[in-house]
Amino acid sequence: MSITLIKRFPGIISRLILGLGLGFAAPAVFAEYGMNFQKPVTPVAHEILELHNMILIICLVIFVIVFSFMFYSVFAHRKSRGFKAAKFHDNTTLEIVWTVIPFLILVSMAIPSTATLIDMSDVSHSDLTVRITGYQWKWQYTYPGQDISFFSTLTTPQDEIENKAKKDAHYLLEVDNPLVLPVGKKVRFEVTGNDVIHSWWVPQLGIKKDAIPGFINQFWVRADEPGTYRGQCAELCGKGHGFMPIVVRAVSQEDFTKWVAMEKKKAVVESAGSNKTWSRGDLMARGQKAFASTCAACHGAEGKGIPGVFPALAGSKVATGPVDEHIKTVLHGRHTGKYSAQMPAFAAQLNDVDAAAIITFERNSFGNKTGDVVQPSQVKALR
Amino acid sequence: MTTATAHHDAHHPSGIGRWLTTTNHKDIGTLYLLFALMMFFVGGTMALVIRSELFEPGLQIVTPHFFNQMTTLHALVMIFGAVMPAFVGFANWQIPMMIGAPDMALPRMNNWSFWILPFAFTLLLSTLFMQGQGGAPSGGWTLYPPLSIQGGIGTDFAILSIHMMGISSVLGAINVIATILNMRAPGMTLMKMPLFVWTWLITAFLLLAVMPVLAGAVTMLLTDRHFGTHFFNAAGGGDPVLFQHVFWFFGHPEVYILILPAFGLVSQIIPTFARKPLFGYSSMVYATASIAFLSFIVWAHHMFTVGLPLAGELFFMYATMLIAVPTGVKVFNWISTMWRGSMTFETPMLFAVAFVFLFTIGGLSGLMLAIVPADFQYQDTYFVVAHFHYVLVSGAVFAILGGAYYWLPKWTGHMYNETAGKWHFWLTAIGMNLTFFPMHFLGLAGMPRRIPDYALQFTQFNQWSTVGAFILGFAQLIFVYVVVSAIRGGAKAGDQVWEGAEGLEWTLPSPPPYHSFAVAPKIK
Repeated sequence: MSITLIKRFPGIISRLILGLGLGFAAPAVFAEYGMNFQKPVTPVAHEILELHNMILIICLVIFVIVFSFMFYSVFAHRKSRGFKAAKFHDNTTLEIVWTVIPFLILVSMAIPSTATLIDMSDVSHSDLTVRITGYQWKWQYTYPGQDISFFSTLTTPQDEIENKAKKDAHYLLEVDNPLVLPVGKKVRFEVTGNDVIHSWWVPQLGIKKDAIPGFINQFWVRADEPGTYRGQCAELCGKGHGFMPIVVRAVSQEDFTKWVAMEKKKAVVESAGSNKTWSRGDLMARGQKAFASTCAACHGAEGKGIPGVFPALAGSKVATGPVDEHIKTVLHGRHTGKYSAQMPAFAAQLNDVDAAAIITFERNSFGNKTGDVVQPSQVKALR
Repeated sequence: MTTATAHHDAHHPSGIGRWLTTTNHKDIGTLYLLFALMMFFVGGTMALVIRSELFEPGLQIVTPHFFNQMTTLHALVMIFGAVMPAFVGFANWQIPMMIGAPDMALPRMNNWSFWILPFAFTLLLSTLFMQGQGGAPSGGWTLYPPLSIQGGIGTDFAILSIHMMGISSVLGAINVIATILNMRAPGMTLMKMPLFVWTWLITAFLLLAVMPVLAGAVTMLLTDRHFGTHFFNAAGGGDPVLFQHVFWFFGHPEVYILILPAFGLVSQIIPTFARKPLFGYSSMVYATASIAFLSFIVWAHHMFTVGLPLAGELFFMYATMLIAVPTGVKVFNWISTMWRGSMTFETPMLFAVAFVFLFTIGGLSGLMLAIVPADFQYQDTYFVVAHFHYVLVSGAVFAILGGAYYWLPKWTGHMYNETAGKWHFWLTAIGMNLTFFPMHFLGLAGMPRRIPDYALQFTQFNQWSTVGAFILGFAQLIFVYVVVSAIRGGAKAGDQVWEGAEGLEWTLPSPPPYHSFAVAPKIK
């Protein structure tokens, strides 16, 4: 049986190839699969798509021409058809031709690529500057001109990731605070990393740039259509690499101005909070949320950590020992050498209220029962 | 005198002692090849863990931390454990027989370079059992700091084992160079050497040049991790991007270390089954040398998104695009060799033809990746994963499998089972394409690589890919069956196994005597 199947293989294979060809000819069949770039929404992304399509077509044409020779030969020049081998093994003219022609094709590809690249790297004359900082595993967006700064963290619930709940349409591509940009404005970005290297990538904007500690990279974006554009971290940055998405909301200039005003108002309310005394219940509720977005990535949603890499908080010396030590650890970081990862300083990332809430939550969760309630003023004193 | 030599020839220890103490190039070649096959299955199993986790969105089988350990180890095992040792195995078996030498130039060192490897991989793989200390290295095989500085004890084990693999490779390379330059039979001028020997000579120089660079890079990592240096720590005045420059200065020539011997294998197989001499022999040699030279000046195309200056990006784009020229010459030469030949399609030829066809897909996607603006979209996506698996699986691995079928009758003295060989080929080819072709689409549509979980729109192609991976993986069991049954028995193979084969190895009996060419053959 196997022999007959093998004999029929050429037929089966040619039908498969035909099928594949039809697949390409009728992309509608695969429409829901997403086989090419997402719809570009910036001039740069448009240029890249055109460049990509051009090279792809050139490559496909070369491929088809070259391999039609090979397959013709495979079918025609067979011993089983009685074909006698020729003796030639050199042809200088031919060899020069197939060295020069590819070179010329390469030059024709290099010219538009160079033009696009030069265009992409011109960050001058921008209307707005945004600074992006990559953290394990979230993004911080700062608008230096507008005095706004916030973190953007994954909001997909753990239950969806663990297959206990139905996955949302934007599964793993949803965040609490998206980056907001005005449409039609040239925005200059400065991107850097806080701990390890990340890479900020939004396909529809046509941008991918590494966020490297100690370096500031630049790029620019001009979104021409309002909308929500989603992307992900593209550089392996540890266990949360797949869970730090990017969401960009492009809005009209008017909506952008409104948004800026609202963010500023929010900041005022926040700073007022650090002067009042909070109830245990409020701190615990706020702490649980802040823990999930800031601490759970390393210490685990259950506070169990990863042995050897990230310490557990359940029953830990820091979370059950003196309160001041705990506050200092959160604010200024800690490195004992017992674990390979080191605790970063969170002073710049957490305001007094969030830090107090997290510490209160950690001291009264995962089986820790210190009963302590830590107020924002205590955090402020140790900054 | 001849009889005395012959008597001496046949003598060697038996049992395990033979394999531990052997200085015979054929024995060492066998050890390398079997070791590579074993590691191929170890690395393949890891790939199947990865593909199983990616069958559906959500986390089902492993944690993200363990997933990262799998991707890291899969790469290290496949590159340093499977593909490189397989090529060294071919070099050991074939180079002396192809140039008319009795053995490798440095037989004791040869033994040592092999026996380092099992220890290196024991170190590396033992980290899987150290989950309490952070487990296996999980920062990717590229070991980029600062992430690799955070890694657990597995990273230190990986660094040490990379040092050992490096020593093994450098010793092997020295041996190949010494053998080829000193031990050719009289009349075997450089430009008469079989192309496999040429590609290995050039590969050996690449190894000598870059393995020490890798050793340097990982040593700097080690001192950053434990001895207070700040080579790669920006806060201490260091530079994390420096590591990437040093790593890829090794890494890009490494890519050609993994493919040049494959070019050599295919250049032996195609003329044999086309019954026609290799087209453009000297241009093949020059193309190989040009590719090797260019491989040293293109490393930063792995780093287009790190923020190189414009002039740097343009230079590395143009230099990378240039590689298409000599690579194109090779492909055209192979097709011209087939053209108007009298072809038959035994298993080695099937793998060789598939190599030319599928490797070119990887070559063309490589050209696309060289285009910097487009690379900004491709970089670190599944498009890249598709690209390098087309050049490494349908490139390097297909050439290795083809080469194994090609010389198996010579090595064992028995014809392999052709029907099983053909089944192996077709299942491998179908599985390979089903696994890796959809990855092009995934990457273009926006799926980053090295993620344990993905957004819903990537589901269908990931499922195709996982199904393909299992076909590809299990098809390799047929290969084990073919090899084992050829070792144990089967139809007797003659000296001239293949009608159209040319070269000194075919003048020897199958299997060849333990010491071949004790008297140098005469080359016309």
